[in-house]
Amino acid sequence: MHLNGLTAHELHNRLRNKEVSSLEITEAVYKRIDEVEDKVRAFVSLTREKALARAREIDTRIAQGEEIGPLAGIPVVIKDNMCTENILTTCSSKMLHNFVPPYNATVVEKLNEAGAVLIGKANLDEFAMGSSTENSRFFQTHNPWDVERVPGGSSGGSAASVAADETIYSLGSDTGGSIRQPASFYGVVGFKPTYGTVSRYGLIAFASSLDQIGPFAKDVRDCAQIFGVIAGHDVKDSTSAEFDVPDYTRFLTGEVKGLKIGIPREYFVEGTDPEVEGLVRDAIKKFEEMGAVCEETSLPHTQYALPVYYLIAPAEASSNLARYDGVRYGYRDETAEDMVTMFMRTRSEGFGAEVKRRIMLGTYALSSGYYDAYYLKALKVRTLIKQDFDRAFEKFDVILSPTAPTPAFKFGEKADDPMQMYLSDIFTISVNLAGIPGISIPCGHVRGLPVGLQLMGKPFGEGTLFQAAYAFEQNTEHHKVKPNL
Amino acid sequence: MSSEYEIVIGLEVHTELKTNSKIFCCSSTEFGGDPNTHVCPVCLGLPGVLPVANRQVIEFAIKAGLALNCEIAEFSKFDRKNYYYPDLPKNYQISQYDLPIAEHGFLEIIVGEEHKTIGITRVHMEEDAGKLVHQGATMATSKYSLVDYNRTGVPLIEIVSEPDLRSPEEARLYLEKMKAILQYTDVSDCKMEEGSLRCDANISVRPVGQKEFGTRTELKNMNSFRALQKALEYEAERQIEVIEEGGRVIQETRSWDESKGITLSMRSKEEAHDYRYFPDPDLVPMIISRDWVEEVRASLPELPDARKKRYMDDYGLPEYDAEVITGSMELSDYFDEGLKFTKNAKALSNWVMGELLKHINATGQSVNEADFPIPAANLAELVELIDKGEISGKIAKDVFAEMQQKGLKPGAIVEAKGLKQISDEGAVTAIVDEVVANNPQSVEDFKAGKERAIGFLVGQVMKATRGQANPELVNRLLRDKMQ
Repeated sequence: MHLNGLTAHELHNRLRNKEVSSLEITEAVYKRIDEVEDKVRAFVSLTREKALARAREIDTRIAQGEEIGPLAGIPVVIKDNMCTENILTTCSSKMLHNFVPPYNATVVEKLNEAGAVLIGKANLDEFAMGSSTENSRFFQTHNPWDVERVPGGSSGGSAASVAADETIYSLGSDTGGSIRQPASFYGVVGFKPTYGTVSRYGLIAFASSLDQIGPFAKDVRDCAQIFGVIAGHDVKDSTSAEFDVPDYTRFLTGEVKGLKIGIPREYFVEGTDPEVEGLVRDAIKKFEEMGAVCEETSLPHTQYALPVYYLIAPAEASSNLARYDGVRYGYRDETAEDMVTMFMRTRSEGFGAEVKRRIMLGTYALSSGYYDAYYLKALKVRTLIKQDFDRAFEKFDVILSPTAPTPAFKFGEKADDPMQMYLSDIFTISVNLAGIPGISIPCGHVRGLPVGLQLMGKPFGEGTLFQAAYAFEQNTEHHKVKPNL
Repeated sequence: MSSEYEIVIGLEVHTELKTNSKIFCCSSTEFGGDPNTHVCPVCLGLPGVLPVANRQVIEFAIKAGLALNCEIAEFSKFDRKNYYYPDLPKNYQISQYDLPIAEHGFLEIIVGEEHKTIGITRVHMEEDAGKLVHQGATMATSKYSLVDYNRTGVPLIEIVSEPDLRSPEEARLYLEKMKAILQYTDVSDCKMEEGSLRCDANISVRPVGQKEFGTRTELKNMNSFRALQKALEYEAERQIEVIEEGGRVIQETRSWDESKGITLSMRSKEEAHDYRYFPDPDLVPMIISRDWVEEVRASLPELPDARKKRYMDDYGLPEYDAEVITGSMELSDYFDEGLKFTKNAKALSNWVMGELLKHINATGQSVNEADFPIPAANLAELVELIDKGEISGKIAKDVFAEMQQKGLKPGAIVEAKGLKQISDEGAVTAIVDEVVANNPQSVEDFKAGKERAIGFLVGQVMKATRGQANPELVNRLLRDKMQ
């Protein structure tokens, strides 16, 4: 297999043994990008010169006998809503088409310290609002399994780059499923950590109380290692938790004997592709064969998750996105003769339809006279949804469900029907509302398209989640199947 | 003003807290500086940044709340106030809405002879906005405007009063008292000219005896205590006139035009913003431990009212004196310093409120300045010299003038100029004898019962001694001689 098709831990061993150099890995990645990027279109920008220089620097350090960490010299792709100093950061929006941040997001700092090699910035639904990356204001990213189909979203570019072996791993952000759903559509591992474990400083906010950065990886071991590097308390993020980051690889035992897995009945309902449900049922059997105890459970407020999400997320977004007014940076309408007209034209032209739809929804939900009925009520129901999980986790270690109701859909299939689009996140949204970790791992293929299995864990229960996901991966071959590009 | 109407006023005071760094980032709060030099990605509201609350700001807010007799919240949070303006880089201001840090306080003012308690509704924390620099007179008439974000994110507390104030004068007294308390508490410099103390006022009028409030207007842009009182006086008159002419007061925001001495409509209620407050999801709620509150309470200095009481109880100062001196912390500190050197508090108070304030008002100096020419110890020494009979009150004024100009100690001035009072009976007797001998007419007059004549004779003796004779002694010796 080509270097770009390997995992980070495999490459790390080869780097340490001096069987391969970071420069070779990086060049292999760019060679692949040159070959397939026309078809995939995962990147908003590439940082080739910087990456090659960085790879050489890491190689020098290895040659000097320096002990390197698990991500040193390994290529990474970052979703273009995380700030990178002196590197264009656009959110795939006309509004930020020319925005070059003067600072690094904390995760970028952490990756830099870890010796990571940044390959480029990945396409997304504008401001991370969408489920298909069709809302990018620049271009569409294609699913390498079937270029007629969407990559999922909003972290479509990050997921595509991993699935197409245009990188070794990537970072995405997940507000309502934006990592897990595309991971499912691509047959890669996608992980949304516990809210507060990864600093949001430098992640351009969509919905602050839901946003969380997480990795896309080619296997669970990589996922656990990447998380170990990017997790940890950050004084720059008041919502980041103070906790000790363990070595998550020690949870990768391959054993799940006695592990209690809850199967929420509300996640097995009409509307889900029967073949997808079939694969998930097979996965449950697999876990039972491995010695886990799987039992049905209930998360009774699940049906309210979608409406609650579409009040809270747009409300926060309406305020978070208010700063884009053309005064200080980014797009500005130059034709206006007065301030208010400049604001209006800048925002009318700078934002796309979905972003404007959500700003309007959120503005309405927060308006005087509607706040109690919408936003406040949504906050209360959010608490009920969280309590559902608290109760379930008294009995279970992990909760299992499909990641998405269907495999990747075709371009345009849902683009004109926002409600249909929103429903594609129906199984992933509750995890964000509850602030708990969720992981999507490959569990098979339907009509040649990958399907993801979602495992949900207790807050800060990443270790157990990785344990279960790793054991499943060790006993299946789904993650090894690659698309034909 | 018509006495058939009662004025109802409530004030919203904004004051900058004197922390070194801003409320949600590490940028400096220093006043001035070239435009956009005290900024960072956080206070500029760049995409992706997050606020982190400055603990010192919370502590200062607790301190101010306690000094204003408030209850400190156990659970408090920050909210976003959403509105678009170019001086606000995020287009929302982080403020506090329904769970402010402190509530239900009061302060006391003295109006004439009457003590009045003015309720304080709440104290909340928020970030300041930046400053627009128009190329023309206003934004509308400017080709373009510039923005300076140095002030953006400077910590503020907003202190909202109950509508308990009943006259423009009461409003001014309230603001003066507020300033004194905040200065004593050492949470703010309270410099109105630098904008570190700002005040908006809500005012309405109603016929005397009516329970319901009249329609209020909000006044902005008063930049001094005087302006506050003037603006409120104007606005009360205006509202009464509107009502008298059969009209109705419109709920609106009005701006005080200092040069014209009038208030002008800025925006009506219909144009008022819907701020869409909601809890800031980037900041976690604050749980204020009672231990912390008690720690802060223990660190509170003696506040103006307590100090006033001490002056009255311990030193027997009249309330008026105590009120004037404690009205300014630096003056009060000066007075306390002086009391280390003299026991005659009333005499010291007279000098402070008289000659010293005259000097300060004339020169614009502050008693805190390093080169202030009259240190408290020197003024106290002057009081002592008079008390010990070493100089007369009249000479003391001359000595004070010297102190004022040259910064010398009064004892040294008296010494150098030979101004020491002559209390030696023998020396004074000789001069008295001479004066009596030279002024027979006056002596006759005195003996005939014209009490006034002695004044002339005392004057003659003082003149002969260049004012240095002890006046009491002169008086006694003259009377003895003429009996």
